[in-house]
This record gives sequence, C-alpha cells and structure tokens, in this order.
Amino acid sequence: MNSETGTETCADRVERFGYLARRLVRPLHRSLLNRRRLTLGSAAAAAAAISLPTLAEARNPFEFPTPVTPVAHDTLYVHDLFLAVMAVVFGIGMCVLLYSVIQHRKSRGYSPAAFSGPKTLGQWMVVVVPVLALAFIDYVVMGIPSYYAVVAMANTREDAALVVKATASQWKWRYEYPDQEIAFTSSLSTPRAQIESGSPTDPHYLYEVDNPLVLPAGKKVRILLVSLDVIHSWWVPAFGVKQDAVPGFLRETWVKIEKPGIYRGQCGELCGTGHAFMPIVVVAKAEPAFERWVAQTQNGEKAVALAEEQPLSRNDLLARGKTAYETNCAPCHQITGLGLPGAIPPLAAGQAFTATPELTDKLAQLGTYRDGKIVLVPVDRQLGIVLHGISGTPMPAFGLQLGDADIAAIVTYVRNSFGNHTGDVVQPAAVKSARVQAN
Amino acid sequence: MKLDKGFADTKKTEVPAVASRAGANRRLAWLLALVAAGFLGFGFALVPLYNTFCHLTGFNGATGTAAAALTPVDRTRWVTVEFTGMVMPGLPWKFRPAQRRVRVHPGETAIARYYATNLGDRTFDGRAIMSVSPEVAATHFEKIECFCFHQEALEPGQTREFSVEFFVTPGLPKYVTTMTLSYAFFPSVERGDDRSQPRS
Amino acid sequence: MSSVSAYVNEHEHEHDHKPRGLARWLFTTNHKDIGILYMLFGVTFFLVGGLFAELIRAQLIHPANHVLTPELYNQAITLHGLVMVFAALMPVTAGFANYVIPLMIGAPDMALPRLNNWGFWLLPPAAVVLVFPGILQLFGVGNGPIDTGWTIYAPLSVRSGLGVDFAIFAIVLLGASSLMASINIIVTIFNMRAPGVTMMKLPLFAWSWLITAFLLIAVFPALIAGGLMLLTDRHFGTHFFSAAGGGDPVLWEHLFWFFGHPEVYILLLPTAGLLSHILSAFARKPIFGYRAQVYAYWTIGVLSVIVWAHHMFTSGMPIAGQLYFMYSTMAISIPVTVLFICWLGTIWRGALSFETPMLFALGYIGLFGIGGLTGLTLADAVADQQYHNSYYLVAHFHYTLFGGPIMGVMAAAYFYLPKITGHMYSERAGRWHFWLCIIGFNLTFIPQFLAGIAGAERRVVDYPIQFAGFHMASSIGAFILGAAQLLLVYNIVVAWRGRTEPASARVWEGAQGLEFTLPSPPPYHTFAERPAVV
Repeated sequence: MNSETGTETCADRVERFGYLARRLVRPLHRSLLNRRRLTLGSAAAAAAAISLPTLAEARNPFEFPTPVTPVAHDTLYVHDLFLAVMAVVFGIGMCVLLYSVIQHRKSRGYSPAAFSGPKTLGQWMVVVVPVLALAFIDYVVMGIPSYYAVVAMANTREDAALVVKATASQWKWRYEYPDQEIAFTSSLSTPRAQIESGSPTDPHYLYEVDNPLVLPAGKKVRILLVSLDVIHSWWVPAFGVKQDAVPGFLRETWVKIEKPGIYRGQCGELCGTGHAFMPIVVVAKAEPAFERWVAQTQNGEKAVALAEEQPLSRNDLLARGKTAYETNCAPCHQITGLGLPGAIPPLAAGQAFTATPELTDKLAQLGTYRDGKIVLVPVDRQLGIVLHGISGTPMPAFGLQLGDADIAAIVTYVRNSFGNHTGDVVQPAAVKSARVQAN
Repeated sequence: MKLDKGFADTKKTEVPAVASRAGANRRLAWLLALVAAGFLGFGFALVPLYNTFCHLTGFNGATGTAAAALTPVDRTRWVTVEFTGMVMPGLPWKFRPAQRRVRVHPGETAIARYYATNLGDRTFDGRAIMSVSPEVAATHFEKIECFCFHQEALEPGQTREFSVEFFVTPGLPKYVTTMTLSYAFFPSVERGDDRSQPRS
Repeated sequence: MSSVSAYVNEHEHEHDHKPRGLARWLFTTNHKDIGILYMLFGVTFFLVGGLFAELIRAQLIHPANHVLTPELYNQAITLHGLVMVFAALMPVTAGFANYVIPLMIGAPDMALPRLNNWGFWLLPPAAVVLVFPGILQLFGVGNGPIDTGWTIYAPLSVRSGLGVDFAIFAIVLLGASSLMASINIIVTIFNMRAPGVTMMKLPLFAWSWLITAFLLIAVFPALIAGGLMLLTDRHFGTHFFSAAGGGDPVLWEHLFWFFGHPEVYILLLPTAGLLSHILSAFARKPIFGYRAQVYAYWTIGVLSVIVWAHHMFTSGMPIAGQLYFMYSTMAISIPVTVLFICWLGTIWRGALSFETPMLFALGYIGLFGIGGLTGLTLADAVADQQYHNSYYLVAHFHYTLFGGPIMGVMAAAYFYLPKITGHMYSERAGRWHFWLCIIGFNLTFIPQFLAGIAGAERRVVDYPIQFAGFHMASSIGAFILGAAQLLLVYNIVVAWRGRTEPASARVWEGAQGLEFTLPSPPPYHTFAERPAVV
C-alpha cells in the first residue's frame, strides 16, 4: 500500500466486489435466505438415514447449538445447506455404487462390458454433468451464501456499543472493559474433587467459571483478543465465533447476542496440559440488568480494593489460600503440591526433583533448588516469583491476574502445607509493597 | 493383444545392458536433489515473503511508515482510533494508553500517548510490537514517529510517556469507522541478530 | 502368458542367489526386499499408532477418567498423529512402490538401489528418535516425547520440552528418507520403463506415485526448513516464530500447512492409483477414464500446494485470504469428483466378485466419499469457525485418511499378499476384517461428527458431560476397530507361513499388468532382460 497515491489494496478490491455482489447476486439468493426456518438440517438428517433416538424437544443432532448471534445464524444456515446438499450428492453416488454391486455381479452371470471411457454424446453427458453440477454447487449454491457470511463475520470495523478485551494465558481468560474500568480473571470453577472423582455429577462440569464474562444482550460488542504465552482460541458455539489469540498480535471478533442467557464454550486451540480446563462462560443480560451489573461491579471493585488492604487472620488466609491455590496453582503443581516429575517442581521443601539443566539452573538461580532438592525461599523472594513468574518456564506472572489478598493467601497456604511448617503469615500489605520491588 | 490401460502382454527382446543407464539415472537423481534443495531454500525464503505479504494485506495488523503526511485531509468524515496495550511476561512494567480513543479525519496527523512504569528493581529494556485491527485498516495506517521504532529502557520506579505520531490515509474504505491500535511490550531480545528489526 | 513366466523362471534359476540371514536385509539393494522391509515397518507402526489411538479412546470413554494424565494424553495424541502419518502410511505406500512399480513397468530393479537401501534404513532410527524421550523420562531426564499435537504449533512448541527437539530430528530423518524414495521413484519411472511402456501406458499406480513423489520434493523441504527454524528459535535465540524479535507464530502455521495439506494428497494419491487397478481386476473390465484420472492426479497435485491456509481460518485472516482459500479449496472437489466418476465407471457393467481386496476398495469409495464431502463444508470459512478443532474435524480427517489411504492400503495388501508370499490368505478372516473395520470405524467416527456439531472440543483430556454418550460410543467403536486389525496380522502370518493354497501367477481372475505375468512369488531377480510391451 502506498499512502501517497492511495493505491487500492487487495482487501479493498474484495470489499468493492462485495458491494457489486450485494447489488447483483443478492436478489437471486434472497428466497433461500428468507427460508432459514425450513431447517434444512432436518432434511439432511432424514436423507442421511441415520436414526438416533431423539427426544421430542431435543436439539437436532445435525444442527449446531441454537444460534444467538447474526454470525451464528449465517453459520447454521450454511451448515444446514451444506449438509443437505452433501447428503443428496452422497446418496446419488451410493445409489449408483449399490446398483452396480447388486446388478453387475459375476455370480449372477453378468458378463463384463469392455468400455474404457465415454464414447457417445449421452455417455459424455453422464460423466461431465456431475462435474459441472458439483462446480455449480461449490461456487453458486454454497459459494454465494458463504461469501456473505465471511463478509459479515469480519465486520469489526464500525463503532460498537461495548469493547471488551480478552487476554488469554495458560489456562484462564482475563476480561477487561476498558471504558468501564472493570477487569477480572475468569478461570475454571469446577472443583478439583469433581475432576478427580471419576464420575462427575455437576451438570456444567468443565463448563463453569468463577467470574463469567457479562455482556449486554441486543448490542454489538467488539471483542479484542490477545495472548500472553501460546496460541489460544475464544470459542462459544452458540455465537458461531472462534478466533485465535496470537501472542504479540491483536485479533478481533464481534458478537451481538440476541437474547439473554448463559452461553458456554472452551478454548479452541491446544495450549498445553490445561487445555481441557479453560472454559468460557458468557452471561448475556438485558440492557438495564447489564447497566446494574456494571455499576455494582465498579462499586464492588472499589470495595474489594479497600478490603484488599485489611489484614486477615491466619485461618482466613489459609482457607482463602486453599481455594485460590486449587484454582490457580493446582493445574500445574497439583493438589498435593508435588508438581510433575521432570516438568513442574514440587512446592514442599526437601522434595527431590530432576529436570533439564535449563530448568534446574533457573530454579537454582532463584534459590529454590539445591543438590537435587527443593528449597523454600524467604517470603519476599517467593512473592517475587508468584508476582512476576519465571520467564522461559510455564510459571506465569500472577501479579497481573490476582489481587493482593489472593496472592497473600496462596503464599501463606503454600508455606504451611505439603509438609512446609514455616508458620509464616503473609498479609496483603506485604504483597502490595512486593509488587513494586524485586523481580 | 494391444496394451490398453494396464492390460499388458509381453515378449522377449534384446535390450541394452543395465549399466548404460546408470549414468543417466545418476544425473536425473542429482537434478531432482537440486530441485529439493531449491525448495528447502524456498522454505526459508517464505520468511521475508510472508513479511511482505503481511504489509500488503494488513495481516497481523502490520502497518506502514511514512516520513510525513503529504496527503490532503478528508474533512468530510471521521475515523475513531482506539488504543490498547499489554505487557508480556518477563517485563515488570505497567503500561497503559493515556487516552481511550481519538477521532481524526483521514490524512490528518495525530499524536497518541501511552504511559509506562517500571515496577521492577532494576533497569529493564522493552520493545513494543504494534498491531492494528481490522486488517483492512492496517494497510491505511501510517506512522511518522513511534516509540515502537526503538528499544526503550526504564529505570526502577521510573514512569515515562511514549508517543506515536500517525495518520490514517484518505484511501481508507468508507465503511471503516473504527480501528484499534494495540502494543505488546516484550522484554527486549536484542542479541545482535539481524532479525530483531520489528515488523512494524 | 505362461510361456513368459516359464521363461523368466527358468532364466532366473541360473543366478537367483539371494544372500541369507540378517546381512540380506541390512545390505539389500533388491527392490523386493526393500519393499517388504518398508511394508513390515509400516504395518508395525500402524499397530503402534493404533495402540496410541486405543489409549486415547480409553481415556475418553467417560468424563473425568484417569487412564492418562494430561501430559501423557497430549503425548499420545501427538505420537498417534506423527506415527500414523510418517511411520505407518508413508512407509507402506513407499513399500508398495518399491515392490510393485519395477514389476509393473518391466524394470529389473529401482534405478538407484543403494540409495533405496539408505532411504529405508533411515526410518528405524527416526522412529527410535521420535519415542526416545519417553525412555529418557523413565530415567528422570526431560518430560517425555513431544506433546504439542502433530501440528507442532509455535509458540507452544518453542516452550515445550526436549521431546520437540527429538521430534524435529526424527522429521528431518523421515524427510530425507522420503526425498530419497521420491527421487528414486521418479528416476525409475522416467528411465527404467521397458520398451513400449510409454508414459500414457504407464499403470495408474505408477502415475499416482510419480505425482506424489513430485509433491514430496516440493513440500517436504518446507517442513524441514520450518523445523530448523523452530530448533534455532528454541536454542539459539532467533525469533522466527516470536513477535518479540519481529517474527510471528502464524508463520509456523503457514510453513506447516504448506507441507501439511499436500501431505494429505501424498498419502491419498498412491492408494487412489492402486484402487483403479483393484476395481478393474474384480470388475473384469478395463480401467475407466485412464487419461481423465492422470489429469485429475496432476490437477490435485497442483491445487494441493495453493490451498494450505484453509487450515487456518480461525487464526485471523484478511477477508481476501479467507475467500481465496475457501474458493480454491472448493476447486479440489472437482478433480476428486472426476476420480469418483472414473471409479464408478470402472465397476459399472463389470462382472463383479467380492473378494477381500474388492470389499476394501468399495469401502474406500464409500468412506472416502464422506470424508471428501465433509471436507467441502470445512472449506467454508464461516462454518469452519464451528468445525475447526472440534470433533467434526477429527471425524472428517479420519474419513479421508482412514477411509481413503488406510482402506486403500488394506485393499492393496490383500490384493498383493498372494503375489508377494505365493500363498493365499484366509478369505474368511479377510471378510471378517473388512466388516469389523466398517462397523468399528463408523461407530468410532459418526458420533464424533455429531459431538463436533454439538460443540465438543478436540485434543482435550476431559470433557463436559453432555458429550459423554458420543465419546462412549466412539470408544467402543475404536476398540472394535483396533481388535479387527489383529485379523490383518493373522492373514499376513497365514500367507507368509505358506501352508495354504499356493497362488497362481495371475492370482485373481481379472488381474492385469506385468506383475501378474510373473510367478507368485516372483523370483528374486526379475526382468534382468527387459520385456517388450506392445
């Protein structure tokens, strides 16, 4: 792109083509687009002739979860159309195959023909027409609705009622509302006990978080996506949206949720051992309820900020620390604090640990590792590690994600559990001063 | 019987000795090996090709750089440029835009500011990587001066203001009314390797 | 014909000396020996890869299961992918090429026999290198084999353990092996054809491998280049795949899929070629649309290298890119449709019989048909937002890679087993194998389509309970499918031990081609004097 001459870029040309296509081709397709309610998926289901026991009110197993955004409607429409067309194409192909298999059997005394290609005009038609039909299906029947859907999906370039920034990290989401000055971390809230149990009973097992993302219903929301470590992907099936968050770069998507409700999804890109435990829960609230939530949260954050500075009792710290540890630390260091051999160090002093020299050297530099064993460092150094992480290892900087009280509680808990008996009590005030000190 | 698509019939004939073909085989094999080596080179060449591709399409929010805005200002419309920023792990900085958004006419030069504070106990070097969304807007975003051109250092406890001077070209398609500018501040990785020039 | 066979046989008796013992296999330059080595290697790793699949399915049989830890689970999914693609399917198809192509085109051996030997013997060390970190871990070194998924996406792979280094080294070795095999096959087909075997009389299997070999030469180096960049990023401070130094993680995705998408066709094409021969043999009728198929192979080959980024629709792509990759991907369906029409045309009005190879060949058409059609839906950039990285995607590529290449390899295995060993396999066991494969396979993957549509994420060690039913069905199917493969092993052993009915030179009533003019098994040296094909 050359700014001086204003040369048209490739993307501009596509947009211009879009304008033409809208004017010329859309009327052709309008009839189809208006008939969305036909649910072609059910036709596909019948055509595929795979009958599954479905309850009367159950979701059609050939359809996506009920769409609640314009993009999801487009996606479902395209999916239904594709499925129906595919079922017909596959059905025709299989009919030809089965007819041949049944009729042209040696065991029925059928003597083989000797042709090796089409000869007559009729035979040429038989082989050429399916190819042309497929090209028509590709570029007209499926290609045109897909075009509109792609253009609609990319529409993040107009003003939106709300902007939310989602920051992904292993293995949680942090949501910020920059204009409302609200920010919180959202991580899995399914209790470890359920995961360990072997027979979960929780109806939203692995689909529940401590702090869901709250969005207004009926308003366009732009969602900015960034990542702190590896590639993650923000995916909520009911929204028809899946967008990767790539470390270092900005990605963007948008939703306009049509009705209030709770919508669930998961991280959509393999991001390490906690990939299965990184859900997304969105609570869509109607406008007044959303405004109330914003006001409450803003006040709540101030109250929390005040409470954060209050000293806590040892028992309160230990109880709060246990919960916070299980949510934030146990995915790696395990509920037992024993870590993972070769990868994640244990948290108990005196535990043996072996790993690559790269990792053990880093730990030794920090003073947490000596002669093949784990050493418990002084409080201020441990706070530094929890706040700033250890670069080049999976240990993230929790300072960006957790408040002073939670970090104080976690450090208190770790220093008095897993066989550590330091008796240390770390207060939020210590965390606050540690934030501006050592790394 | 005539050979017809895999229907074969054979008879004995005198043929040249196998050895005479060995030279031809070796020559063709080396040629193919050379082609494979060429494709290995192509694999590496994809790195600069990819960067060019990003700049042409705005992929990854890659933006352009200009000496000054020489284009006429389009006063008939407004564009909202929103700002955001983040700090990558390993850099104990606090980093935030001084303003949420600015409204500009295409062609008009504007300055946006960010604040960064070093919370660490020693001097840290950081390098900001810039990214603009949506991609179609990135190709129309030109920087005149930007802190992301350089590596930046902050002493312990120091707070500094960083600024970016930019304009949006009037060629920006009319349907784009909002764009977002993001910086990711990475710990500096300068090690003398020639790839450390940031893309933006 | 019999006179030709008699001639070859009698002639060969004079100097048909094969070395004995281990040395024969280690130092062999004989295309048949090397072909057999490749095939046995492939079958062995097919079983190893299958074992990983069974472990994955055992873990997923119900939610909150603890057969594997998340670490082991990620290693299992990664090794399953890498082993099946690089150590099972690619060696097996290379094995068929080695064994059959010289016989098909009347060549005495491959053009470069010593290169052939090196090419094969790079494979076992590569396989060892791939899994070696698992052994190291037992001794407390490192944290096991590669665990990033077979796509090895940066920056996860930059941050992961030493398993990634070993995997890259293995991939470089496998790449070198594949490139050697490809060069050898191209030279053999260009230079070693018997008089009268012109290019347009070349058997379709040779054609399909020729295009496969060109594809390999064009795209495998890109993966090797990417692997080397990843290594330097991991250990030497470069930033090809990190924004911090001006690089980009998405560049890895481009490099990987520039290789990875053609790789699908590299696996598919050789079996597509074999399929035509097998359908023709059991329909007792010439191949339909020979030229059309050759042109379709070329078209598929060319298109396959320009559509790669349809694997990356969710990575953030400009509209122009999404539309380009969507429409170009759809274009592939056209030459593939030509192949389907030719296959149906080949059996149409033939005199069909349904021995095991034919059953697998017909299964190929059905299952690969589903794989191809669901691939069309994935080509759609918008619907792909829902399908991508869901179980729908998993089901789709298993329909294309199991339904296509593996069904094709099974068909070819039963087709050529009597030719190679000289004895028939058990037809009864073969039929059981086929039907258990079909039942097990569909039971495994149809529920995965439905789970994916309902929003089930792939590569997760544990999942929400609403997907429990799908996963249970899928696991049961996978156990049936896995157990069925023991019948293949049984049949190979039965034919190999040679106590069953001896196979005739033609083996199958309708079999055509030079390889079926030779006795079964063919003598150690064949076509030392070249046959002329008229």
